Amino acid sequence: MGDTTFMQAIVWDEYLTGPFGLIAQYSLLKEHEVEKMFTLKSGKLPSADVKNIIFFVRPRLELMDIIAENVFSEDKMHSSRDFHILFVPRRSMLCEQRLKEQGVLASFVNIDEYILDLIPYDGDLLSMEYESAFRECYLENDQTSLYHTAKGLMTLQALYGTIPQIYGKGDCARHVANMMLRMKREFAGSQNQILPVFDTLLLLDRNIDLLTPLATQLTYEGLIDEIYGITNGYVKLPPEKFAQKKQGEASKDLPTESKKLQLNSAEELYAEIRDKNFNAVGAALSKKAKIISAAFEERHNAKTVGEIKQFVSQLPHMQAARSSLANHTSIAELIKDITTSEAFFENLTVEQEFMTGVDTDKVNTYIEDCIAQKDPLIKILRLMCMQSVCNNGLKQKVFEYYKREILQTYGYEHILTLNNLEKASLLKLQTSSRNNYPTIRKTLKLWMEDANEQNPNDISYVYSGYAPLSVRLTQVLARPGWRSIEEVLKLLPGPHFEERQQLPAGLHKKRQQGENRTTLVFFLGGVSYAEIAALRFLSQMEDSGMEYIIATTKLLNGTTWIKSLMDRPESQIS
Amino acid sequence: MTFITANWNPLGEAFYRKSELYEMCWNLRDGLRDCLVAAAPYGGPIALLREPVRRSPSSRPQLEIYSASGVSIASFPWKSGPVVHLGWTVSDELLCIQEDGSVLIYDLFGSFKRHFSMGQEVVQSQVLEAKVFHSPYGTGVAIVTGSSRFIMATNIDDLKLRRLPEVPGLQGKPSCWVVLNQDRQTKVLLSTGSELYILDNTSCTAVSLPGLAPQGGSIVHMSVSFSYKYLAVLTDSGHLWTGPSHLQDKMSEVDTKKLTPPKQMVWCRRPKSQQPSVVLMWDRLLMVVGVCQDTIQFPTEDQCVLVGEMDGVRIISSTNQELLQEVPLVCQEIFKIASMAPGALLLEAHREYEKSSQKADEYLREIKEQSMLGEAVSQCIEAAGHEYDPNTQKSLMRAASFGKCFLTDFSPGQFVTTCRELRVLNSVRESSVGLPLTHTQFKQMTLQVLIDRLVYRQFYPLAIEMCRYLKIPDYQGVSRVLKHWASCKVQQKDLSDEAIARAMCAKVGDSPGVSYSDIAAKAYECGRTELAIKLLDFEARSGEQVPLLLKMKRSQLALSKAVESGDTDLVYTVVTYLKNEMNRGDFFMTLRNQPVALSLYRQFCKLQEQETLKDLYNQDDDHKELANYYVTASYREKRLESRLSLLQSAVDEYNKAKNEFSAKATEEEMRLLRFQRKLDDEKGAGLLELSLQATMEALLALGLYKQAEQLYRDFRVPDKRYWWLKLKSLAEKEEWDELEKFSKSKKSPIGYLAFVEVCMKSNNKYEAKKYVSKVTPEQRVKAHLAISDLDGAADAAIERKNDSEIATVLSRCSAADRLLIERLNRASTAKK
Repeated sequence: MGDTTFMQAIVWDEYLTGPFGLIAQYSLLKEHEVEKMFTLKSGKLPSADVKNIIFFVRPRLELMDIIAENVFSEDKMHSSRDFHILFVPRRSMLCEQRLKEQGVLASFVNIDEYILDLIPYDGDLLSMEYESAFRECYLENDQTSLYHTAKGLMTLQALYGTIPQIYGKGDCARHVANMMLRMKREFAGSQNQILPVFDTLLLLDRNIDLLTPLATQLTYEGLIDEIYGITNGYVKLPPEKFAQKKQGEASKDLPTESKKLQLNSAEELYAEIRDKNFNAVGAALSKKAKIISAAFEERHNAKTVGEIKQFVSQLPHMQAARSSLANHTSIAELIKDITTSEAFFENLTVEQEFMTGVDTDKVNTYIEDCIAQKDPLIKILRLMCMQSVCNNGLKQKVFEYYKREILQTYGYEHILTLNNLEKASLLKLQTSSRNNYPTIRKTLKLWMEDANEQNPNDISYVYSGYAPLSVRLTQVLARPGWRSIEEVLKLLPGPHFEERQQLPAGLHKKRQQGENRTTLVFFLGGVSYAEIAALRFLSQMEDSGMEYIIATTKLLNGTTWIKSLMDRPESQIS
Repeated sequence: MTFITANWNPLGEAFYRKSELYEMCWNLRDGLRDCLVAAAPYGGPIALLREPVRRSPSSRPQLEIYSASGVSIASFPWKSGPVVHLGWTVSDELLCIQEDGSVLIYDLFGSFKRHFSMGQEVVQSQVLEAKVFHSPYGTGVAIVTGSSRFIMATNIDDLKLRRLPEVPGLQGKPSCWVVLNQDRQTKVLLSTGSELYILDNTSCTAVSLPGLAPQGGSIVHMSVSFSYKYLAVLTDSGHLWTGPSHLQDKMSEVDTKKLTPPKQMVWCRRPKSQQPSVVLMWDRLLMVVGVCQDTIQFPTEDQCVLVGEMDGVRIISSTNQELLQEVPLVCQEIFKIASMAPGALLLEAHREYEKSSQKADEYLREIKEQSMLGEAVSQCIEAAGHEYDPNTQKSLMRAASFGKCFLTDFSPGQFVTTCRELRVLNSVRESSVGLPLTHTQFKQMTLQVLIDRLVYRQFYPLAIEMCRYLKIPDYQGVSRVLKHWASCKVQQKDLSDEAIARAMCAKVGDSPGVSYSDIAAKAYECGRTELAIKLLDFEARSGEQVPLLLKMKRSQLALSKAVESGDTDLVYTVVTYLKNEMNRGDFFMTLRNQPVALSLYRQFCKLQEQETLKDLYNQDDDHKELANYYVTASYREKRLESRLSLLQSAVDEYNKAKNEFSAKATEEEMRLLRFQRKLDDEKGAGLLELSLQATMEALLALGLYKQAEQLYRDFRVPDKRYWWLKLKSLAEKEEWDELEKFSKSKKSPIGYLAFVEVCMKSNNKYEAKKYVSKVTPEQRVKAHLAISDLDGAADAAIERKNDSEIATVLSRCSAADRLLIERLNRASTAKK
């Protein structure tokens, strides 16, 4: 960005502002002579006294049309401005062709790409924030996201060394691995001489585990996401609980704007509780509260000037800890209001019944009631998909009954969405009488009766009983290996495979005793916070000997996921 | 060997030596007389353009290209216009500057590459003189025209012509001029005889030479050093002025006592020169004029050409070639008679050692006593680098190796590198290769460039040997050579496509970094499409193959390669290309064979061309998608009639797709729409766009119970849902009597707890109570609690002897309900 000198304005593809916020804050951009920022929309560009206009956009045709419109209406007023365009994450000939057809390609001084495949979300988490990846792969047979994934992994390898072992399960995983191996051949000879950081790459298709994201996440972070939605590391919360309570006076006017909080492991307390089952969060918070007030009490013990000085030097840290504690106590209260409600409890009960295989082949009264009460459609779809997945498809009578209920209650246009869900195998008609799910559940121990929420000893704590299939597969891969579960793997869609990448001589890691192996787990099509929590739990298990870094096309939960698969005829959008 | 100093001539404090590089392999009948000569620095090639004795259309001049050792590379009659000047570019291309200002570029082998012009005006005014010069920007050309204007191009590969300002009073050509490169600017320094001017982009400035004696006379010759840092100026009185080229100082002024202007004048210096000099050449005399005022004179037999190098001057005559240079300091120290430098002593020690004489020990001790052995070894190694004769190199290196034995912690790096480099240098100096590079030049030029030069000369095996010997990574070494070899090979017209492809595969294999698509592009350029396609097959990067395949109109192949690459943007690109190239039928057929491309194109159509999407589905008989398409389209339609007709099409397609459910559902939708319109028309109910459920809700709200009932029956709405709907709707409207009637119409499919709760939601405890008794025993506690009847709840719980229910009731009790709590506790303990 530094090379576009003089005053400039950036026109953002709205979708990119979030991810970019994680890399460069506005203040940083301002230091680099970015005078104004706009959101890309059709019509005329807002006026700004700048020499350069830079468009930051995803390579999408519809955006090209908007840009063309911008440029056209602009030219008449200021002929002296320079236009630049930066494609994220990659240049597209198709888009340039479009700009050419629109007759504006020549107006651009610079056309370049800003290669941003994997965005760091946290110390151990990378996401491409490619929202439509799952939909494109499974509904539209468009593998653009996989190409970006492979490219991103190549970049990662260029920085952190060739990953010697690649495992994978699923068609998309196979495709990505193939592209990676091909790209490696293409770059042969220019191999980097970096000691590999990762020992293993595990590529997992989202469609081998459709169940996990459908279930309600029960970790602290998972619940925040389920209830309020975390976007690009930020959550917006209802403001009431965060009103500044000044001592002595009751604050009368409550803030109306929602409270925006950044959530990541840089915040000590959050790092500690984010992955806990929500039922264990209360205890953790009160323990923390005691520690903090004890620390504040220390001041009474400070006698000498030196001791006081030391105490004062710790004050900022303590105050930050206290405000962090206050925030999370408020959030926990908000969440608790919801998790203790009957509706939440009933919903969870039904989910758990499905996951344990209770009455999955009948019309479920709760779903029926929810439809009758006109609960949000996505909630219905989540439950319905869950029942279908846990029953390896629904009986025709049940299936059609649900579908009719939905069409009649929410409108016939949803027939398209239902078709989509069918295409993605989230909903399906039971074709064989054999239901695989119980076999898979038993072999992989997906349901643990005695999940310990406070001091977990198994990943199943993240869903209070259900161990996410995807993470279980990861766990088994590390020990004892996939060979032990060949039969189950065959029941899941797509091939499973193992590839080895030759390392240049001399780069083979000499492992110290007790040193952990590192696995990069890449979820193609998205991953939920609960799954991340489960993987972090595995990393922390003392005897696992394995460290996990997580990468994905998109961070998701059941709601955002189903939403991305919904089809709305144009008239419904506006 | 002993007489190493035999060809040394003292000049001031230093020595100059003139050593033979080659006996020239060429056989020039008329010597170098009457021809234009261009010899490139860094031991570059030599071009000669010999004017025929009589100029007539039938006798054309001959252009000859030789290696520096005189091996003929090319020779052909010159068929273009008269040439004013010849010059070489940094990448060994020959520039022939013609009188009309056009510049023709040939490669080393005399094949024409391209041409450019120095401007339209030159065609009229003609080129009087031209110079080719090198700068960090590349190779440049400067000319002076018949109208006394200077035109310059600093980089011929990125041609930008600059017309320099007019020089006041200049008629015809200047008496002499040079091109300077200062402060990242290219300028011309010229003399009209008495005046001296500097021309840059914008101005013409008169300058003078500091300290030039007034009787100096007018300037007849100028020369600028290899690095553009120093200037030498000769006047008609024979005075040679030298100084830095920014003209702020003077270094010296020497009277050569020669009044005739020399044929050539060239700087002779080396990096860290002790004693720089200027070499002047007359017909039979070569004079080295030191800045120190000393001179050396060599007689010459023959017409010669001087080639300035960064560390000396090459003197090319028709019979041999010599290198004139200042003897490097380290060589002086070692070989100077009676030198006591550590290197000299070490060399002597080694010599004695070879003779098995104990003197070796004495010499060694002497060096070691001064703790100079390390220094001695370094000196020998360095001197070996500067020596041209392999025997001298060997004796110096052996001495170094000998000395090294007595050192414990001497890094072998310098020794090993120099050994390797000397081996490389000796092999390229071979007369058959003909690159007389000095070690200093080699270092400046870098190995990369040396390999390039070998490759330009098509010494592929040697280049590859060298890369392997020096262990250059394949990517920068062997692969690069192979790449060049391959693109040269495809131009060999006498070989069949098959043979070339085979040879290519055998030699290149899958060497990293060799781009088969580049080679194929070359083959295609030469008109060998078939070969190009064969070669493309070897390309690992499918993406790379696509643009060329499209260019060659192999679009089908391009498509499958694009798909293979996984790069969807590339697939799109090919698809768009195909769409424009082919007729629709063929285009669709092509896509059909490429499912990936087809689905991408579908995506594209979904966003951009809905109509095409329909055609695509039609072609594939994809009835289900077609039906979905019609459904989607129906929502874009504003008019109900068209909407219904689209939905009817959807129904037909769903039927064809044997998707009974969807067909029925769509029919239902149509029925609902018709119903809604009817009611909207009749009652202005505003129902259109509502779902069935919402429609019923609206009807109930409007009190149109009969119509709602009708929908409920017609659409076979499940009882449960309908009951919920009606219950809520009646409660909302507070039609309590109606509600009670409804509750009694038949047994409620949703139970009666719902009635209680809904009534409570409307805050009507009175009505709610009516239904409590109807609630099933399992829900009775809940029902009582719903109306806040703790006693009732307690009774029900105790009656059912259900612990958890008792607990629920307890949890709702407050301290005031002490009696009740006791009762509940009793009941609970009694059970136990």
